[in-house]
Amino acid sequence: MDILRIATAGSVDDGKSTLIGRLLFETNSITKDKIEALKTASQRKGLDFVDLSLLTDGLIAEREQGITIDVAHIYFNTPNRKYIIADTPGHFEYTRNMVTGASNASVSIILIDARHGVSEQTKRHFYISSLLRIKNVIVAVNKMDLANYEESRFEEIRKDFFELEEKVRFEGQEVNFIPISSLYGENIVTKSEKMDWYKGEPLLTLLETVKIEALDGQSHAFRFPVQFVIRPKTDEFHDFRGYAGKVSSGFIKPGDLIEALPSKQISKIKSILKAETSLEIANPGESVVLTLEDDIDISRGDMIVKVGEGPEIVKSFSAQVCWMDSNPLVAGKNYLIQHGTNRQKTKVSGIGAVMNVEIMEESSDSQDLKLNQIGIVDFRFAGFVYPDKYEVNPANGAFIIIDEFSNNTVGVGFVI
Amino acid sequence: MVAEAKEKVNFKTNKSFPRQLEDEAIYILREVAAQFEKPAILFSGGKDSITIVRLAQKAFYPGKIPFPLLHVDTGHNFPETIEFRDALVKELGVELIVRNVEDSIKQGKVKEETGKYASRNALQTVTLLDAIEEHKFDACIGGARRDEEKARAKERIFSVRNDFGQWDSKKQRPEIFDMLNGKIEIGENVRVFPISNWTELDVWNYIKEEELEIPSIYYSHERDVFDRDGMIWSDSEFINKSADEIPYKSIVRFRTVGDMTCTAAVSSDANTIDQIIEEILGAEISERGARIDDKRSEAAMEKRKQQGYF
Repeated sequence: MDILRIATAGSVDDGKSTLIGRLLFETNSITKDKIEALKTASQRKGLDFVDLSLLTDGLIAEREQGITIDVAHIYFNTPNRKYIIADTPGHFEYTRNMVTGASNASVSIILIDARHGVSEQTKRHFYISSLLRIKNVIVAVNKMDLANYEESRFEEIRKDFFELEEKVRFEGQEVNFIPISSLYGENIVTKSEKMDWYKGEPLLTLLETVKIEALDGQSHAFRFPVQFVIRPKTDEFHDFRGYAGKVSSGFIKPGDLIEALPSKQISKIKSILKAETSLEIANPGESVVLTLEDDIDISRGDMIVKVGEGPEIVKSFSAQVCWMDSNPLVAGKNYLIQHGTNRQKTKVSGIGAVMNVEIMEESSDSQDLKLNQIGIVDFRFAGFVYPDKYEVNPANGAFIIIDEFSNNTVGVGFVI
Repeated sequence: MVAEAKEKVNFKTNKSFPRQLEDEAIYILREVAAQFEKPAILFSGGKDSITIVRLAQKAFYPGKIPFPLLHVDTGHNFPETIEFRDALVKELGVELIVRNVEDSIKQGKVKEETGKYASRNALQTVTLLDAIEEHKFDACIGGARRDEEKARAKERIFSVRNDFGQWDSKKQRPEIFDMLNGKIEIGENVRVFPISNWTELDVWNYIKEEELEIPSIYYSHERDVFDRDGMIWSDSEFINKSADEIPYKSIVRFRTVGDMTCTAAVSSDANTIDQIIEEILGAEISERGARIDDKRSEAAMEKRKQQGYF
């Protein structure tokens, strides 16, 4: 069975929680005791309806303030697919959370309130979805009940969005437009009779049929960051030496000629193990152990690729960076980067154009990169790194930035 | 809101395990082995920690599991769970470390609760933190899942805890793509949740596909029980019953396995994993609906996590 990961984002008022609640409800994913608990909690807050946002707002501070602070994960399934929704808040540290939530998603759902149309927030959602190269974007025009289910209103919003789409959309990105009412369940699971002018599929059908990105990562070059070397040294497996890792992209078969980066030593795949089972092929996302014909020196942080298909081995690169810490990134400062399993000391050698996503404005003379800003940053490294361009192979094109003093993850980068 | 659904289709018919979840969990366990010096698996004897042990076995095959198992024994466990634990440890040849809440009580570090709802569930946090300090564990792997409870829905895969084992929900590290940052200061530790993205159903489907053994109390059996607050409690010497709480025999099973003082039973005839899965698919009550410890308040879990609980 497949897993479809979805990112949803939006403010408190655009009906996002109601939409998620609706999906859970219609797929029988909320149990009776949880609905009862919601009713009690809503009554305690003095509400005369069941507040579905209480289902996702899990922390004390969130419930007290009626806001969502952090990315919440919500699960439901149909007979075809398991769904994981990363639900991110609309107000608080929006960009940081949206990037985090969207980083694993193959579908991004952007909600627009039919009464208000395309907003600044809509632009941010779409910008980040495109930055992360999420191939499937579903723009759901919600609260159609408050717009009398009128086609003209939907078309008007679609036209406004199209102007934005032209600027930000990348080739191969698919944008679907759908009119819905989460409150009344219109176009969620079944086609809406009230909007018979809409010829497309209801939301759940769109989700059920979306092609899942990770599965076609097979078409990219083989990338295998080594996590851990397995050397049991038992009587039975005395000379066994295996390289444990997860296939980032591409595929590998026994007998394939490989190269270890950065040493460039060459060998051949002897076997592929998944616990006790030997495999004939390892595909993207699979956690396996590779054994080689020759005894070459490979350790954590190295990368196994097919001979002649490897990325360039470099000691510097430029990347689009999304900054996630309250202390800004400054030129000249040292950080650590983690690219897959490869951790290297780095120095920021320059900062280029900076996009302030909160107000969607670009500036070219920034000295630093502040929380929730996205900018071009040049890095130099103490050791070797071997990324692909994010645009070409996302699975090997992103990295995280770690502050050496606080140990926190302070940013994410996309190699350009 | 929740207006009536127009046509209720039965969506919860899924009976197969999404294999990507296993790949993801194995990846996480290998990151733990690579990024930390002294990790341990927190083992309760429940289905989730049994799943973790199986995943660890697969992650490092043909090597052995490179972590000891740590069990914080409240002294109120079901005897069936302890029997199961000992048999599993023997079969795998892994090290088992047991630390007892009883000892923490004797040392005066915690006080036994009194009254009708007395439980050692909250007390085990102190014993756990002492064990972490004693063994200098820098990572503790647990079987908590985000779908269990709403505070857990916000939990990271690598959850950094301070010197006092406390969880600060506002200072969580962003986890982007699959990259996990386990860098910490000496004295801090990380709680690791490899099956964060699994649901209860995923765990059962996995147990079925992997043909894993589980403690007998998960299956239907006859037991002395009594009723309290609309739940079925297992009768035991550890629970303070009032005079009108009369035990009787009933056919039940346990959906989750915690202490005898905080885990309610459900009426059930399910004798096989298939029957258990059928039962869960039709269940109207969530898994933790049978956890007495969660019922203490709306934010019971978050408050315990701030104290260093899982």
